[in-house]
Parts: sequence; C-alpha cells; structure tokens
Amino acid sequence: MDKYIISPNPHVHAPVSTKKLMLDVIIALCPAVIVSFLYYGWSEIIIMAVSIASCLCLEWTITKFLMKSSSTIGDLSAVVTGILLAMNLPPTTPWWIVVIGAAVAIAVAKMSFGGLGQNIFNPAITGRVFLLLSFPAAMTDWTVPAGFIANNADAFTGATLLGQVNILGPAAADKLVSLGTLFHNIGGSAGEISALALLAGWVYLIVRGVIKPWITLSIFATVAIIAGIFHLADPEAYTGPLFNLLTGGVILGACFMATDYVTSPMSTAGGIVFGFGIGFIVMMIRYFGSYPEGMSFAILIMNMAVPLIDRAFHQRKFGRK
Amino acid sequence: MSKITFKIGGVHPNDAKLARDRAIEVLPLPQTVYVSMAQHLGAPAKPIVAVGDKVKTGQLIAEAGGFISAVVHSPVSGTVKSIAPRADIAGKPVTHVEISVEGDEWAEGIDLSDTLVTEIPEDRVAILKKIQDCGVVGLGGATFPTHVKLNPAPGSKAECLILNGAECEPYLTSDYRILLEKTKEIIVGAAIMQKVLGGCHTVIGIEENKPEAIEAVRKALTELPYNNIEVQSLKKKYPQGGEKQLIAAVMGREVGSGALPISVGAVVQNVATSLAVYEAVQKNKPLITNTLTVTGDCLPLERQHNYLFRIGVPLSFIAEYAGGIPEGAAKLISGGPMMGKAISNLDAATVKGSSSILYLSEASTRRGTESACIRCGRCAQACPMGLEPFLLNRLYKAGDNEALEANAAQDCIECGCCLYSCPANIPLLDNIRMAKGTVMGILRARAAAAKAAAEAAKSNENKN
Repeated sequence: MDKYIISPNPHVHAPVSTKKLMLDVIIALCPAVIVSFLYYGWSEIIIMAVSIASCLCLEWTITKFLMKSSSTIGDLSAVVTGILLAMNLPPTTPWWIVVIGAAVAIAVAKMSFGGLGQNIFNPAITGRVFLLLSFPAAMTDWTVPAGFIANNADAFTGATLLGQVNILGPAAADKLVSLGTLFHNIGGSAGEISALALLAGWVYLIVRGVIKPWITLSIFATVAIIAGIFHLADPEAYTGPLFNLLTGGVILGACFMATDYVTSPMSTAGGIVFGFGIGFIVMMIRYFGSYPEGMSFAILIMNMAVPLIDRAFHQRKFGRK
Repeated sequence: MSKITFKIGGVHPNDAKLARDRAIEVLPLPQTVYVSMAQHLGAPAKPIVAVGDKVKTGQLIAEAGGFISAVVHSPVSGTVKSIAPRADIAGKPVTHVEISVEGDEWAEGIDLSDTLVTEIPEDRVAILKKIQDCGVVGLGGATFPTHVKLNPAPGSKAECLILNGAECEPYLTSDYRILLEKTKEIIVGAAIMQKVLGGCHTVIGIEENKPEAIEAVRKALTELPYNNIEVQSLKKKYPQGGEKQLIAAVMGREVGSGALPISVGAVVQNVATSLAVYEAVQKNKPLITNTLTVTGDCLPLERQHNYLFRIGVPLSFIAEYAGGIPEGAAKLISGGPMMGKAISNLDAATVKGSSSILYLSEASTRRGTESACIRCGRCAQACPMGLEPFLLNRLYKAGDNEALEANAAQDCIECGCCLYSCPANIPLLDNIRMAKGTVMGILRARAAAAKAAAEAAKSNENKN
C-alpha cells in the first residue's frame, strides 16, 4: 500500500490554475494587442516586446537573487503586467522609458510587496502613473507612427480625444465621438484603439469564468450616469456619457485593470462599490481636475480602499442573517 | 418538470459515472469476514457473542453501545474466531468480530423472497423498533442511526421527508443502480418512513444526470398506492447531496448554524437507507448488505462494477475479485472523490456505509504545488456554506480563534469545494478542518461551562 497517495479530501481538482487564468487574460488581450500592432506597426511591437521582456527579466532576477526563492515567472502574471503596461503607453514611447515603467511595475509595485497576490496597487498602472509623472512630455506625445493597415496621415496628432476638450472645448470635443469610435479611435494609449477589441476580450473572460462582470459594469454605469447628469445640465461645459466611456482608457481600465484579482475586492457587493468609486473619481478628475483622463489615478486610489471594502462586505453565510 | 438546486456556492466536477450501466452483481463470500463494532455514528456496539460461537446470517452479534448507536448482525453464517482490535481503512484499531464463513444459513424469520410487500404496518412504534432492531443506519455517508433520526424530539414536527437520491459525488453509481433495480422497494421504504413521521410530504430528490432513475421512480409511484410522495429533478451541482444543501434545494429553507434539519421541519434519508428500511420492516432483514461501486478513471469500462456486498467483507477481497488494483492507480479511495477517505489499509473490512472502492490516476488526483493566493475569490464562490475559505485559511495561520468563530469556521461541511476550486492549490480545507476542530472544541467547552454554571446556580438556589 506504500506506493499509494494518502491525503485528505477532496481527491480531485478543477482544471484551473493561476497559469491557466493568466493565459486566459493574455488571450483576452490579444484582439486589442493585434489591433495596436496593425495600427502602429513596428514601433508598437517593439514596445510590447521590451515591456514583456523587462517584466519577466526583473521578476526572475528579483526572485532569484533578492528573494532567493524559486522563480514565479511561470505563472505568467509578469507577462500580463508587461502587456498591460505596453497597452497603456503611447505608441511612440522610447524603449528605455518602457524599461523604467516595467521596473516600477514589477520591482516596486509587485515584488517589493512580496510578489503576486501581495501587492496593493495594480503593477501596470503604477508603472504607467510613474512614467506619466516623470516623463510628461514623452507620455503625452500622441504622434501616430506608421502602421500596417491604417492610413494614419488622416489621424489627428498631438492630442487625444480627451486632450481635445482643452483645445476645442467640451461641446466640440464631444461631437468628435460617435459610435464609430467603438471600432477605432486613433490617438491615445496603444491598447485602446478599438473599444470593440477590448470588449471582445472582456466578454471572453466572463464566458471563461475568469472574472465576473460587476466591477466593469459598475464603472461603466457610474461614468455614464455622472456624465449624463452633468451633460444634460450643461452640454457646453461637460462632455457626455458616450464620450467619457469611449475615451481615456475607461474601457481598457474597467475591463482589464480594475478587474485584476489581487487589487480588487473579493465580494460582488464590494466590487460594485469599488467600481462606483473608480467611476466617480474618474469623472471628478475629468470635470474638475487638471489631468484630462484620470482612469489610472482612479484605479490606484480605489486599490487603496480594497482592504477596507473587503472588511465591510462579506457574502451571506448559509443559515445566517 | 422544473429543476431546482441550492443557491449558495457549489461546483460542477465532471460526474464520471463510468459504472452507471453496470447492473448490480452479487459478490461471493470470502472465507473470513471482519465485522466492525464502530460502523455507525455514535457509541460503538458491544459484542454479545463469544469466540467459538456458531452464528447464522442475520443473527444479532452486538448490541447498541448507547442512545446514539446501532446493533450489528452477522453478515454470514459460521464460527466466531476472534473479537479483537483490527485496523480500519485509515489504519485506526477498532474492535471487530472475526467470523469464518461456513455455508450461508440464515437466521429464522427473515424473508429472503423477492416478493414486494407494499402493505405497511400500522403501529408507528413497532416500525421504529423494527428499524432499530435491524441496525439500520444512514447510508448516505454519516451512518447516523436511522431510528434516532426518524424519532424527532417532542415539540418538533417533520413537515417534509426528503429522500436523497442526488448522488452528487462523481464516479459513485450505487444509489443510481438501486434506484433502477429496487425502485419500488425504495418507495415502500419512503412510505414507511413517511408513516413513522406522521404522514408528512415526501420528496425523492434525484439529480438531472440520472434521467432513467427519475423516470423509473415516477413510473413506480403511479403503480404504488401511496399518497403525497413525489420525485423532484435537481440540477446537477455538488454538494447537492449534502443534507443542508438538499433541504435548501427542495424546501427553500436554510438549517441554521449548529441546528438539526428538523429545526426547519426536514428529515433527510438516503435512498439506500430507504431500501434498508424496507428490508427491515417488510422482510425482517437486518442491515447486513449494501451496494458498492468499484470504479475509477484508471479502470477500463468493462472492469467497472456495482456489487451487492456483505458487510465485513475485506476491501482487498472485493478489489481482488474485481481483477486487482488497476495499473496506473495512484490513490485508493473509499467513497467519492470529493469527500471520500483515502484507503491506507486495503485489508480493512467493509462497513454498513461503504459505498465504493475508487481508483484514481496520478493525473486526476495529484495535488499541484501550492503557490500564492491571487485573491481570485473562487473558494468563496464555491463554498456552499457561504464561508470565505481564503479568510479562514489566513485566520487559521494567524491562530485567531475568535475571528475564526466569528467567520463561522464551525459551519464548514468539509465538502472540499474550496480546495477543488483553488487555482493556487492552497490546502484550504486541510487548514479549515483544523480550525473547525479548534473552534468546535471552544464551543463545546463554553457550552459545558454554561451548563455547569447553570447547575451550580440551581443547586445554590435549592440550598437557600
């Protein structure tokens, strides 16, 4: 009998692992990544490669030499961070800035807290915000590089749609957004050209059971309702719901960054509160702050509130009130 | 028919009912059987035979050891060889009566014919006594003495008898086979228990992955003279066969923490128990046989079996008869893959509640390497008790017993859904089981202290 395993129940395991979940996130990001490659060509491919490679190298180095533990890069979470970081940068970002962003994301935001599962802040967003504050010029250079399919000569350069708010005024900027923006919206971070590609990935994650839709829907609803109220009250001063949903990383952030397991609440109710907080902060930054977008800040601020939210919301226990 | 299920948590493992089409075969008798004195929940039975005694099949060999206990009968005819401690499936020594088999001569008064007896005795007390005298215990896993469960404390009333035919554990098919092959007997058993409980509404719950069984029961119900018994199709979801989950599914009521099903008017009995009740009351046959599945993912289809076995037959005899331990088996389990126990001693004897020998391959059973919690929340979504396993695991490691109690570690039913679902292979249930033990100990000590304090106060009052 010695050769047989003796251990307590359960004796079988669901076909799920951290690696498989991360692989699903990577698959879900593929449509948007492919669109960004097609639109921005080699410069974006290089950014993506540098970002992923930097994240993997850093995590491996830190686990190997600083933490002196076995490497964790096999769980693919560093790849996800690398892809998300690249998607959150302008397609013209110099490679060395990408490396710095990756270093902040992996070394500071993730590994210094103890690695996957321990970090308070979303690593990719932390990296991006660090770059935004450190290299404001490079991070808001929205020149459009040559792509493979798009005739980018027609694309407006110099400012994102959200940037147009400061240039043209809210009312005129609002008119730049139509439902067509869903398909392609050049100018902005590399990953958010196509809202449709991002949403397709999000639906994939829900269908695969990787994430629940509540956090994302809560962000969308909050943004739409706040923008709707302000826009109805004064369309000259405030951009409308569609504009705010489709610009400035709301979809990318709501679908892939705010839903990060580690830095979002565990419960459904907590997730809805978390999403509301993000939507509210985004709109306050956009309407009353000095930054045109605000999604990254909103997510980071709400990341801080997660332990508190988790304390406040528990799921209902069987047979108890 | 509408399908129902419980609301909180649950998982959907591959049901792998590989032995479902294998009719029940009668297992031959070995040369020696070992009858455990601890094959029910509660106090062990006390042997009333001596070494050298001749016994007949179905003869009483041990009396109940307490209020919550059950009598034990000889499963064979032969000579008592020894009464001594012997290792059970986990290797723990338990008193067994060893009987060498000589022929198969049954005790008098047991009806061995197949004739269906549908007329139910009138006397409720006599029925209960018969169930008690035949040593019937719950065959759904807990082996709680059936006569105790069918006799709720004064003041509580059974509103619904639920027959548990969910068989939500993957691989197991013994309940399914008896539902097909002993349909009417099971229904008569249900009608008997219904009568004992005062004629309450009776629901036979069967999961939707067993449509043939649902159909068989429905058809049999139309052919039998009983009222107020219905079959209910249940959505396939583990742990539907858990008592609290089944009550929630069928009645929409939740049994409170630490409370018994009767507190919400429910009594749950397994279909195999119902068959045992039928045989006891209608045939005067004590519980000395049960059905067991020999199955597993590393066992070829033609080697999957459902056996009618005599209690006390060593597992090794069954394994041998069924062709030996298959190539590629990495783990041997008694019971289902979610809640069964790993067999560390195949020489152990079968007991009343034995339901399977399950052979699992390395690929399906080997636990992955533990990695960091990624806070995905799958464990909390899976927990049918609405607990937060990730939190309990953390509190257990921190040794925070107060918080463990506040977060209901004691409510854990050890179904395994949390560990089953964890992508990081964190031994959630292993740790929560330990935490539960600690919290239960604290609760018991507190209850005992409160009782002692109350008694002290009372005796003081009497003195004054």
